[in-house]
Amino acid sequence: MTPDRILPTCLLFFAVGAPAAAQEQGFLWAAGPVAEAQRAHFVSILWWMAVVTVPLLIGLPLILWRYRLNGGGGRYRRDWGASPLAEVAIWSVPVVVVGFLAWNLWHATLSLDPYRPLGPDPLEVQAIAAEGHFLFLYPDEGIVTVDRLLLDADRTARLKLTSVDVLRSVMVPRLAGQIYAMPGMTTELNLAAFAPGTYAGLNTQYSGPLFPEERFETEALPETNWHARIEATRDGAGPLPPDVLQRIAMGDGAEAYLAADADLFARIAAPSSHGAHR
Amino acid sequence: MSDVRHPGLNLGTTDSPVHDAAEETVFGFWVLMMSDLALFAVLFATYAAMSVHGIAGGPAPVEIFDLKSTLWQTLALLASSFTFGMAALALKYDDDRRALSLWLGATFVLGALFLGLEARDWARMVTEHGATPQVSGFLSIFYLLTGTHFVHVAAGLLWMLVMAAQLAIFGLDGAVKLRLMRLAIYWHLLDVVWVAIFSFVFLSGLAP
Amino acid sequence: MIGLFLGTLRWDDVTFVEFWRTPDLNNAIAAAAAGLLVLGVVATLILLTVRGWWRPLWRDWLTSLDHKKIGIMYVALALVMFARAVAEANVMRAHQATAALDAGLVAPDHFAELFSTHGTIMIFLVAMPLLTGIMNFVMPLQIGARDVSFPLLNAISLMLTAAAAGLVMVSLVLGHFSTGGWSGYPPYTGADISPGEGPDYWIWALTLSSIGSTLTGMNFAVTLYKRRVQGMHLFRMPLFCWTVLCTSILMIFAMAPLTLATLMLWLDRHAGFHFFTVGSGGDMMNFANLFWLFGHPEVYILILPAFGVWSEVFSTFSGKRLFGYLSLVYATMAIAVLSFTVWLHHFFTMGQSANVNAAFGIATMLIGVPTGVKVYDWLLTMMFGRVRLRVPMLFANYFLVTFLLGGVTGVLLANPTVDYGVHNSLFLVAHFHNMLIPGTLFAMLAAIHLWFPKAFGFRLHEGWGRAVFWLMAPGFLLAFMPLYAMGMMGGMRRTAYFSDPLFRPWLWAAEAGAVLILAGFAALVVQIVVSVRRRDALAVPAGDPWDGRSLEWLGPAPAFEFNFAGEPKVEDVDAFTALKAQGEAYRRQETYEDIEMPRNSAVPVVIGALAGLAAFAMVWQAWATAALAFAGVWAVVIGRSFVRDTERTIPAAEVEAAHRAWLADVAAATPVHRRDELTPENRGLAEEPL
Repeated sequence: MTPDRILPTCLLFFAVGAPAAAQEQGFLWAAGPVAEAQRAHFVSILWWMAVVTVPLLIGLPLILWRYRLNGGGGRYRRDWGASPLAEVAIWSVPVVVVGFLAWNLWHATLSLDPYRPLGPDPLEVQAIAAEGHFLFLYPDEGIVTVDRLLLDADRTARLKLTSVDVLRSVMVPRLAGQIYAMPGMTTELNLAAFAPGTYAGLNTQYSGPLFPEERFETEALPETNWHARIEATRDGAGPLPPDVLQRIAMGDGAEAYLAADADLFARIAAPSSHGAHR
Repeated sequence: MSDVRHPGLNLGTTDSPVHDAAEETVFGFWVLMMSDLALFAVLFATYAAMSVHGIAGGPAPVEIFDLKSTLWQTLALLASSFTFGMAALALKYDDDRRALSLWLGATFVLGALFLGLEARDWARMVTEHGATPQVSGFLSIFYLLTGTHFVHVAAGLLWMLVMAAQLAIFGLDGAVKLRLMRLAIYWHLLDVVWVAIFSFVFLSGLAP
Repeated sequence: MIGLFLGTLRWDDVTFVEFWRTPDLNNAIAAAAAGLLVLGVVATLILLTVRGWWRPLWRDWLTSLDHKKIGIMYVALALVMFARAVAEANVMRAHQATAALDAGLVAPDHFAELFSTHGTIMIFLVAMPLLTGIMNFVMPLQIGARDVSFPLLNAISLMLTAAAAGLVMVSLVLGHFSTGGWSGYPPYTGADISPGEGPDYWIWALTLSSIGSTLTGMNFAVTLYKRRVQGMHLFRMPLFCWTVLCTSILMIFAMAPLTLATLMLWLDRHAGFHFFTVGSGGDMMNFANLFWLFGHPEVYILILPAFGVWSEVFSTFSGKRLFGYLSLVYATMAIAVLSFTVWLHHFFTMGQSANVNAAFGIATMLIGVPTGVKVYDWLLTMMFGRVRLRVPMLFANYFLVTFLLGGVTGVLLANPTVDYGVHNSLFLVAHFHNMLIPGTLFAMLAAIHLWFPKAFGFRLHEGWGRAVFWLMAPGFLLAFMPLYAMGMMGGMRRTAYFSDPLFRPWLWAAEAGAVLILAGFAALVVQIVVSVRRRDALAVPAGDPWDGRSLEWLGPAPAFEFNFAGEPKVEDVDAFTALKAQGEAYRRQETYEDIEMPRNSAVPVVIGALAGLAAFAMVWQAWATAALAFAGVWAVVIGRSFVRDTERTIPAAEVEAAHRAWLADVAAATPVHRRDELTPENRGLAEEPL
C-alpha cells in the first residue's frame, strides 16, 4: 500500500482495523485512469478536510478536560457568547476550504465526465443489462458476449448502456465509475485499463431477487490476445436467437453469440419497447 | 392589533375582534395555501417537461385544445371571483346576510358553470380525439393538473354549501366570518392558479 | 359485491396462512414477526382492560389536544416503531453474515421487504415522529405559549402519523410490503414488475405520514410567528426554536413533491397513466427528481431539530451561554435554503451533463460551511464553561466527533467524481447512518433525557442512561465503519448475499454492532422502567433539574396543563437564566386570570382511524370501503365545523392554587450545586449563580 492508500484506509477502517489490502476491489485499488483520478481526488479531499477536522479533534479533548466541572482549571465565563475574532475564523476557514474544494470539484467533474472519451478510436461496446445477466454487443466485431466484457487493454472503450426492464447501474469499480442503465434510454460510460487483467463489474442498483447475481467479468487483454480472443469467440459462437433474453433467463444461454441482429440494442433502448414483462 | 398584517379582507374598522382573531387563523390558512401552491408548482414543472417530451405519438396540445371553450371557463371563474369580492364587501360593511347569500349563490353558480364547461371539454377530448390520460405522458399530466384544479374548485363549492348551512344556523358570527374570509382566499387563489393554467397550458399550448 | 368492500384481500394473504402452506425458515420468520405483533397488540388490550386504563387512556391521552401530551404520544409511537425497525436491521445483518455459508435466513424478496420497511419506518415513522414529538413538547414552552396555534390540527397530524404506522404494521400480517426500497423507484415499483400490494402499502403509508407532516409544519411555523410571548423577539428565541422554524418551513414545501410523486406512481399502477412508465411518454427520471425534491429537504428536516437539541444540550451542560447565537441562526437558515438546491446529488449517475453535476455538487458542498460553523460554535460553547458529562452531554460529544466523519464522507459524496465510485454502495449507507444515528437519533435520545423530567416530573436514571450510551455508541461504530470499508471495496447496498468470503468478517462486525444498538434500546426500556420505580427519589417538582436556561424550565415538573400561570417576562435569549439572576423566577403573581384551553376532542382519533381504513382499502383495491372511509373523513371534518363549544375555561382560582402549590414545592426544595445534580437532593431547584 502506498501512503496515499494508507490514509483513507486508516481513517475509515479504524473501528475494525483489519487489514484491507488483500481485498483489492473498489476504486482505491485503481487499475484504470478514471479510477486512479477518483482515488487521487478522494485522497486530496481528505487532506483538505483535515484543515477543519483536525483542530476540532485536538480542541475537543483539551476543552473537555480544562473546563470540566470537577476540578477543571479553566476560567468560567458564563456569559461568553460571542467573539468577533473567533466568529471570523470559524466562518472564513470553512469558506476557504470549501472554496478550494469547489474549484477542485468543478475541474474534476468536467474532466472525469463519464461521457468524455478517454482516447481516440475507442472500442465500441453496447451493454444490455437484463435480469441476472449482462449482454455485451460489439457492433464492429459482430459478436455478443454474456456476463463477460472483453476489452483491449491498449485501447479505451466506450460503453452504450441500456436496461431491459428496470433501472440498473453499471460499474467496473477498479476501472471507472458508474452510470445508470435505464430501459427505453441510452446512456454512456467510458472505460480504460492501465494493464491487462480481470476486473469485476456489477450492477449497483437493486433490481429484484437476482440483484446479487448481476455481475460480470471484465477481461482486459493485450491487443494481440484480444484480437485472437475475438476471432476464437466468433468461431465458437452460434447465431444470436431472437429470444436470447428469455433463453438466458431460463439458464439456457451460451457464453457468446454471433450478432446477426445488429439492431438488438437499438430496439431494446427504444422508448416504444415496453420492456420485458416478468 | 388593528393594523393589517395578513393580506386578506380587512375587518379592522368594522369588526375588530374578528380582525384580531384573523391574525393567526388567516395567516395559518395562507401558509396552508402556500403548501398547496407548492403542489401546483410541481404539477406545472412536470407539465413543462411532459407536454414536450411525453407526447409519444399521441395527440399534441394543438390538436385537442379548444380555446373558445377554455375562454368561457376562464370568464366564468373570473366572474366568480368578482361575485365573491362583492360577497366579501357585504360581509364587511353590512350585516346583510341576504346580500351575502345572494353573492355567494352567484359565485356557486359560476363555479358550477366552470366545472360543467371543463367536464364538457374533457368529454369532447375523449370522444373526438380519444385523448384519455392513458394515451400518453402528456395527457396523463394534463388531466392530473387540470383535474387537481377541478377537484379544488369542487371542494370550494362543497365548502360554500357548508357555509350556507352555517349562515342559516349561526348567523354571521365571528367563526362564520373567519371561515368565509378563508374561503375567499381559497377561491381567489384557485382563480390565480387557473389563470396560470390558462396561459401556461392552453395559450402556450396553442401558440404556433 | 364483497370484492368492492374487501378488494383483493384473501385468506392466502395472511402471513400465518402462508407459513401453514409453506413452512420454511423464511415464512417462519415472517410468521414470528407477525405473531409478535399480534401478541403485542393482544397483550396491550388485556393490560388496558385488566388495569382499567381504557378510560384514562381515552380521556387523558387520545382525545387530548394538549401539545405536551401529543408530543409524548409521538415519541411513544416512534419508540414502538424503532423496536421493529432495529429488529429488522438485525435480521438483515444476520442474514447477510450467514448467507455466504448457506441460504441465509430469509428469501431474497423477504430481504428486500426488510430493507424497504426498515428505511421507510426509520425515516417516516421513527425519526419524523421522534422529532415532531420533541418539537411539540418543547417549542411552545420555550416561546412562552400555552399551546400551538391549531391544537386540533396538531392531534390530527399525530393520528394520521399513527395511521401510517398502523398501515405499515398491518403489512406484517396481511400481505407484503414493497420490495422497492424506501425511495421506491419505478419502473421497479410499477405495475408490470411489482403487481402486488407491496408498493401500494408504501405509497399510502407515505401519503398519510406526509400529510401529517405538512400540517405539523404549518402549525409550528404559525405558532412560532404568532404565539411568542411578549418580549420574545425572533432573535430571542432559543436556538431549538429557530431549528423548528426552519424545519417547519421545509415541511410546508417539501412534502408536496412526495405526495405528488406517490400519487402519480399510484395512477401509473392502477389507472394506466404514463408518468414514469417505460414508453408512452413516461419518464422514470422525473420520479427521481420529484422524490429527491422532497428527499433532500427531508434530510434537513431530520437533522435541523437535532442541531437545535445539541445547541440546548451544549449550553445547558456547560452552564454557559450558547456561543455564536447569531452565527448559528444564520447557519441554520442557510442550510434550510440550500437544502432545496441540492436534490440532484442523489443521482449524479443518471447521465446528465457534467456541468449540471458540478453545479449541484458545489451547492451540496456549500452546506459544509454552515455545518462546520455550527460544530465550532458548539465547541466554543463548552470553552470557558463548567462542563458536566451527563448522558445528553455524552451523546453530544460523541456526536461532535462522529459527525466530523459523516461530514467528511458527505463532502466526498458531494463530489460527482467520488460519487461515481461509491454511489449505491455501502459507503453511502454508512454515510447516511453516520448522519442519522449520531445526528438525529442520538440527539433525540439526548432530548428525551434532557426534557423527560419536565414531562413526567422525575429524572431518568443516570446509570442506565450511561448504559444506553455505552451500548449504542460503540454499536454504531461497529455497525457502520465496516460498511464504509465494504463500500469502498465494491460492496453494494440492498445486497442479500455477498459471494465474496472476504466480506464475511466485516458483516459479522456489522451484525455485532446491530446487536449492540438493539441492546442499547433494551437498556432504554429498562431505564424507563427503573426510573418509574424510583420516581420519588428522582422527582424534581420545582421544575429545574439541570439549571436550565430557557423558558420551558420555568414552572413545575410536570408542567402545568396551561404551561404558564401568567405571561413570563423575556429580556434575553436565556430568558429563564435572566429571571433566576434577577430573582424573579419563583415570584408569586399579584393577579391570576381565567385561562381558555381547547376542549378534548374525539375528532382526531376518528379522522386517523378513517384515513387509515381508507388507505388500507386503497392498498387492497377495496374501492367501496375506501370511498366510504374517505367520505367519512370529510364528513367528520364538516361535522366538526358545526361544533361551537370547543374551549373550556380554567378558572383563575384553579390557576392560582396550582401556582401556589408549585411555589410551595420550590420553597421546600434545597438549591443544589451542579456537582450534586444527580443525587436525590436535586428537587429541581438550582443553586444561585456565583
